[in-house]
Parts: sequence; C-alpha cells; structure tokens
Amino acid sequence: MKDNAYKFIAVVSLVYTVWAGFMSDVPHLPVLNETIRNLYFHVPMWFGMIILLFVSMWHSIKYLATSNTYHDIRAEMFARTGIVYGILGLLTGMVWAKFTWGEWWSNDPKQNASAIGLLLYFAYLILRNSFNEFSQKARISSVYNILAFMALIPLLFILPRLVDSLHPGNGGNPGFGNYDLDGRMRVVFYPAILGWTLLGVWITSLKVKFKIVEENLAEKQMIG
Amino acid sequence: MKRALTLIFLFISKFIFADETIEMATEMRSNGKIYIVVTILLIILIGFFAYLASVDRKLNKVINKLNNKN
Repeated sequence: MKDNAYKFIAVVSLVYTVWAGFMSDVPHLPVLNETIRNLYFHVPMWFGMIILLFVSMWHSIKYLATSNTYHDIRAEMFARTGIVYGILGLLTGMVWAKFTWGEWWSNDPKQNASAIGLLLYFAYLILRNSFNEFSQKARISSVYNILAFMALIPLLFILPRLVDSLHPGNGGNPGFGNYDLDGRMRVVFYPAILGWTLLGVWITSLKVKFKIVEENLAEKQMIG
Repeated sequence: MKRALTLIFLFISKFIFADETIEMATEMRSNGKIYIVVTILLIILIGFFAYLASVDRKLNKVINKLNNKN
C-alpha cells in the first residue's frame, strides 16, 4: 500500500491539473492568449525529464558504488522514461512555438540545447547496447550517464541564459518573470510538475518490472 | 513634451485597455461547452491510469510466479 501511495498522488494531481488547467483563470497576455495554459502541460515535461534523469544518474552513482544490478536496471529505465518526456517536451514546445513565435523551430538556444541534450541520451542507450559483457556494460554506461547529466545542466540552465532566447527566464533574466507565473498559476503549476513526474516514476517502475521478468527468462534459457 | 505625453498615455492605456483587447476564450467557458471537453479529457486520462494499474498488477503476478518457481 505504501508503495502505491505515490501512484495515487500522481492520479489525483493530474486530474486536478487537467481540470484546473483548463478551468482556472489565467493572466490575459498578448500573443500567448490561452496558450499560457501550456505551462501546465509542456513545462512539466521538462521538469519531469530533469527529475527522472537526475534519479537515473543517482542510480548510476549507486551502481558504481555497489555493483548491484538493481541500480543499473533503474538507471537505464529512468533514463528511458526521461527521454520520452524530453521528446514530448520538444514536440509540444514546437507546436507552441509555431503559434506564438511563428516557427516550429526558430533555433532558439534552449530549443537547440535541449535537442543536443536528448542526443546525448540517445547515445547513452546506444552505448548500453554495444557491450556483450554485463558488468562492463553497466560500469561504462554508468560513467557515461553521470557525464551526460553533467553536460545537460549547463546546456539547459546556463548556456540559454548567456545569450538571447525566446524562452522566458532567459537572455540574462534568470527564473520566471511574474508575468508568466503569478499566484493563480502556481497553484496549478506545482501540482502539475508533481503529477507528471510521479506518472513518469510509475511508468518507469513498470519498465523495471518488465526488465526483471525478461532477465529471469533469459537466465532460465541459459540454464535450460 | 508632446512626445512625452503620448508615451505616458500609451503607458497608461496599456493597463487600462489590457484586458479588453486581449482575446481569451472566456465565452467558451461561460457557455459551458468546454466542460464537456475537459470531462472527456479526464475520462481518457483516468482510463489510461486504470490501464497502467492493470498492467502493473499483471506484472506483479508474473514476478510473483517467477519468484515462487525459483
């Protein structure tokens, strides 16, 4: 029951997010209009991705410390879910950009940086599949995973702030401006982040279970 | 002076007329139909949650079976 509590929280906060996300009052801003509600759906994809990838890196560090397969499986699966969140963030961002900035892809520094960040993680998955020996695979990809997260932080949070960006909170202005995140939006935005992230954790836990079944089968085939 | 006054007027009008000039979907909400869309979205969302939960249960069963056999 305790293990399932977070799933319950995910369901409740996402139902709340969808309801309040459409029904609550939002600031009336030019150009953005009702698309400001994307803050509850597009932005949590990125927050969720960062959190999931952080957990993945944490499991990689734990793997290097303990050599326990438990952590290696979780590192991979959290990274996979994180990548899915990143792809969804990129796609939803492109649609939003088309109707507010005018282009699907305007080579905005944050757009480019997040695309590079995703490529780093694609490379992680490819790297994982390029070893035959298990502990070698787990060790080298753990080190790479830590490096990839370390590269992702400056890509998403530092570089876009050094140059002009279309994204709010960039181009020398750190953090959210009060114009896009006032009190009315915070009460939906924070539960949205919580809900979407916990949904990612749930999906990851399913993938972990699936992987355990798969490995069990592979073991049996080797014995039999 | 004239230019300064114009600027001041523009600045003030930004606040006075801000809400009227920006088009929002207030009508869409007030006539009630948007509730139906949000309700349908919630049904789909909850449907997916139920599906996730059922996959979760099935995986737990398989894992339990594997553990008992080993």
